[in-house]
This record gives sequence, C-alpha cells and structure tokens, in this order.
Amino acid sequence: MAAGIREQERQDRIAAWLFLSPALIIFAIFLVIPILFALYFSFTDWNGISPPAEASWIGLDNYQAILLQDGIRRADFFKALKNTTYFALGVVPVQTALALFLAVVVNQRLLRFKSFFRTSYYFPSITSSVAISLIFLFLYQKSGLINSILSGATLGLWEPIAWMEDSRGLIHIILGWLGVTLRDGPAFFRTELLGLTIWDWISGPSVALSGIMILNTWTTIGTMMIIFLAALQDIPTSVYEAAQIDGATTWPTFRKITLPLLRPTMFFIITLGLIGTYQVFDQVYVMSSGGPAKTTLTVAYMVYRNGFRNSEMGLGAAIALSLFIIIFILTMIQRRITGSEATD
Amino acid sequence: MTTISEVKPAASANTSAQSLMATLRMVLSYGLLFLLALSFIYPFMLAVTTSFKTLPEIAANPVALIPETFTLEGYTRMQGLNVGRWMFNSAFIAIAVTTGNVLFSSMAGYALARIDFPGRTAVFLSILGTMMIPGIVMLIPMFIILRQLGLIDTYGGLILPKVVSAFGVFLMKQFFESVPRDLEEAAAIDGASRFQMFFRVILPIARPALVALIIFSFQGSWNDFMHPLIVISVNQDLYTLPLGLALLRGGIGQNLQWNALMAGSMITTLPMAIIFFIFQRYFVEGIAYGGLKG
Repeated sequence: MAAGIREQERQDRIAAWLFLSPALIIFAIFLVIPILFALYFSFTDWNGISPPAEASWIGLDNYQAILLQDGIRRADFFKALKNTTYFALGVVPVQTALALFLAVVVNQRLLRFKSFFRTSYYFPSITSSVAISLIFLFLYQKSGLINSILSGATLGLWEPIAWMEDSRGLIHIILGWLGVTLRDGPAFFRTELLGLTIWDWISGPSVALSGIMILNTWTTIGTMMIIFLAALQDIPTSVYEAAQIDGATTWPTFRKITLPLLRPTMFFIITLGLIGTYQVFDQVYVMSSGGPAKTTLTVAYMVYRNGFRNSEMGLGAAIALSLFIIIFILTMIQRRITGSEATD
Repeated sequence: MTTISEVKPAASANTSAQSLMATLRMVLSYGLLFLLALSFIYPFMLAVTTSFKTLPEIAANPVALIPETFTLEGYTRMQGLNVGRWMFNSAFIAIAVTTGNVLFSSMAGYALARIDFPGRTAVFLSILGTMMIPGIVMLIPMFIILRQLGLIDTYGGLILPKVVSAFGVFLMKQFFESVPRDLEEAAAIDGASRFQMFFRVILPIARPALVALIIFSFQGSWNDFMHPLIVISVNQDLYTLPLGLALLRGGIGQNLQWNALMAGSMITTLPMAIIFFIFQRYFVEGIAYGGLKG
C-alpha cells in the first residue's frame, strides 16, 4: 500500500511538470531569456540592425546618457517622465472615481435600463485602441465634434482649438490668465533642473496630451467599473441591513461601510491604472507620434522611438529597464500608502 | 383641534413639494445617466456614418451625423489596401492564440490547482510575478529574441509568444480550485490517469471559465497593436487590422482620408462588438473573476 502511494506521488509529480511544461517553456523563451538579453544589450551600443555580436560593450554609458549626462537624451528622458507623470496624475484619480461612481449607480437595485447603462459604459473597453484613437483624432479636429460641443455648452464662448496640435501646457495657460509668464516671471523659472527649466517642469500636461488623457480615461472606465461592481456585489446585504437599523443614511453608509470594504479592490484598480498609464503607447503612436513639441512624448513611446526609429536599441533597452524600475517603485509606494491606511 | 386643522394643509403641501423634488431628482439622475451613456456611444455612431460619407462632405461638416450623399468610397479604398488580408491575419492569429491558451493555460492552471508536487508554490509565484512585468518593457527584449530565433516577419513570431498567458493560467487555477474533488476521485477509482482525468472530466466542466479565457485571449489578440508592430518589419502580407490601420494613418500633417480611416476602424470594431453582444454575460463574469481575485 505504501509503495502504491509513493508510486502515485511519483506519477503525479511527473504529470504536474508535463502539464506545466508548455507554459514554462514559452515563459522561459519569450519572457525570462529576453529580459536577460535586454539587460545585456542595455550595456552595449547595439543599433538593432547589425548582427548583435558586433555590438560593443559600453558599460553604463546608456544609463548615464539618460540620467546624468547633459544633452538631448537626458532632456528627452525627463521630458517623457514629466509627461507620463502628468498623464498618470490626471488619469488615475479621475478614472478610479468615475468607475466607482458608475459601479455604485448601476448596482442600484431599483435602477431601470440597468443593462443598457452597463453595456454602453463598458463598450469602449472592448474595442481596438488603434480604432478608438483614429475616431478621437477625428473628433479632436478644429472643426470636430468635441469643439462644437464645447462651443454649444458655453454658448459660443469656447474658441475651437486643434487639440492634437496644441503644445501649450494647461498650467502655463492658467498662469497666463493670472498674468504670470516666463518673460516677466521670477528668474528661477529659467533655472535648469535635469535638462529642463523649472518653467518647463511646471507646464502641466499639454492640450494634446490632455486629449489623449481624456481618451484613455474614457476607454478604461468600463473595465474598472465592472471590477468595482463585482466587489460591490460581494458585500453581503446583511451589512447594509445592520446599517439601516442603526439609522444610517445613504452617504454615511457609503463612506463608513462600502468604501472601507472596497479597499482591496481600490488598491487593485489604482495599481492597474498606474501600470496602464505609465506604459501608454498605442494612442501616442496613432494620434501624435510624441508631438507637438515633444509634449506627448511618453517614456513608453520613447523606448520605441529610440530603439526602432533612431536605431539605438541599446539605449532603448536602458530606457525600458529604467521604466520597469520606476513602475515597480511606484507600485511599492502605493502599496505602502494603501496598506498603512488599511490598518487604521 | 384648531391646531391640528392648521397644521394639516401645511404638512400635505410639504409632502407634495417633496414628491415633486423626488420626481425632479429622478428625471435629472436618469438624464445624467443617459447623457453619460450617449458620450460613450456617440463617437462610434458618428464614426459609422462618417465611413459612408464623401471626403468633401466630411471636410465641410465633420459633425453631422447623417450623410447627405451615401457612398461606399471609404470601404472600396480599404479593399484596395488589402483589408481582407489584414482581417484574415487578425482572425487566424487570434484563433491560434486562443486555442493555445485554452490548452496550455488550462493545463498549467490545473497542475497548480490540483496536483501536489514539490516546488508548486515557487512555480505559481514566478508565474504571478511575470504579470507584474509591463508589456511595454518587453518591446525590445521581445524583438531581440524573435530576431535571434529568425521569427521576425513570420506567423510564428506573431503567435508563439502569445499562446500562453500568466493571466490565463491564473484565471484557470482559480476556477479549478473551486471544482469539487469528488469527480476526480471517482475517475481515479476507475483507474483513469491524470491526463484522462483532465481531458475527459475536468475540461468539459470548466466551460464558464474557458469561455472567459477564450473571450480575453481573442479580444487581446484581435486588438493587439504593439506586438505585430515589432514582429512585422517588411512583410505587408502579415499586417493585422490594427497594424494596417495605424500605418495607414501615416505621418502627421498629411491630408487624412477620414472615410477610409473610419471604415477601417469599423471593420476592426464590428467583429469584437458582435462577439461582445453575444457573450456579454461572460465578459462581465470573466473580468469580475480575474479582477476580484487579482
């Protein structure tokens, strides 16, 4: 009998590895090994075209070029990092809040046309990013739908703008209304920090980048709404009944009961949002190619631009790995923040 | 007595004002919800009708919903660009990727959920860890390995790296853990091997999870832009719909043929939309499943 069990265990072990082998082989070949390769090439000057064996080892030069050395590469890298950070700061809170709001709304027991609302809010999430980007490129024209809606809503006060060709930063625009400009602003505006002037750092997202931010929010809300919805439906009704007996009304119930119970989901959604926004690529490729005036250049697009367009594969690899580390650190910070709140 | 008669009309006026407020609030809330719904759908409606407009008409008025002159110009232009071939490629690749996922992701998920073997936790955590690697970070590494393996400009390069996904493994593992063990025990008593158990007993009852997996794999592959962009270098016969469409947009500042671009967008969107409306329930369940446990 004991021998039989041991034989059974042996067979199980073999079966397990056989079941896992296709997945593990694919992961090894197309994930683990490539990352090691990329790490190696980030220390070379490989151009991506000539045989990799001809690439020469240049040590930390690529990392130095984007992080330390004064020049266009560092200026571009920090410009891209700045743009991407504005992008994330604008998109993540809005998409999380709107997704939660819509989830709560379509979760109402007495709501009519429930499935119509759910379907329409979710629909953009299933469509191709390239197709959506083209559609929004069409809507963002000077004579396009977005401008005409804004004109209509403001009774003609809105001046139509060519969204995707507008490189003005939103904070610059607001400062301009307040009379603050680079020319007659304080001298420290011209101080350079990591290849960009202070004035450049505080630009805010450009109008063009804001256009992509709106599009990105619009396409991701649906998925996040469904994830919130699933979490909401997991909350037992008895919890709410207890609150009702205690006389709690809608808003306090939501704030004191629903929101804390949603905390793990909230963490998951914000992580998804951060990872998604820090690698925004498709929309930039289709809508703006990083322009105008590099105001939609994101770190992800820079990886592609330098690696494939400028034939600096080694440098591209160094940017990609730096991005990986940035995303990793952000996720850890976010985990720390959400985690410490959870123990209150 | 008098006090009561005085109070009464005031109270009823109060309630009727309250009910008026309630009605007003309801109208406003539903109005807002419908407006929101419209903002999610209207861009697609306008894209559909624009794809049937003539170029001069689009230039003159890009906002009007109904075309004045109905034309198939945009679609004919797309046909001239070999959009049929792009569609075939997209479908072929998506089906191959989906089939691979159904087989390999569920096999791996099953082993991790159901078989006790040394190293199980380590394998599971490693696979989970790969989900943390952002796709964009893989852009250059993927190019390097495909080049080394001679898979640039091949269907193999488009399909092989995608035939299994960490998300798929994870989804299937979650599902298999919820399946009662009696079924396998019964099969074991009948002398079935692990493979027979998996293919004859377990896989057939995994339908709900498999449908979710199929939808996600298919959708991911159909809409994927980044992977084809790096795999395809010169061979235009391998273009997928998103890739062909993105390259058709061309350089900045060009005069864009909006009817063709919108036609292409519709050709790309429609098949997914049809699948979505048929399998709607599974989309929602699948996201809820993968998302919640994530």
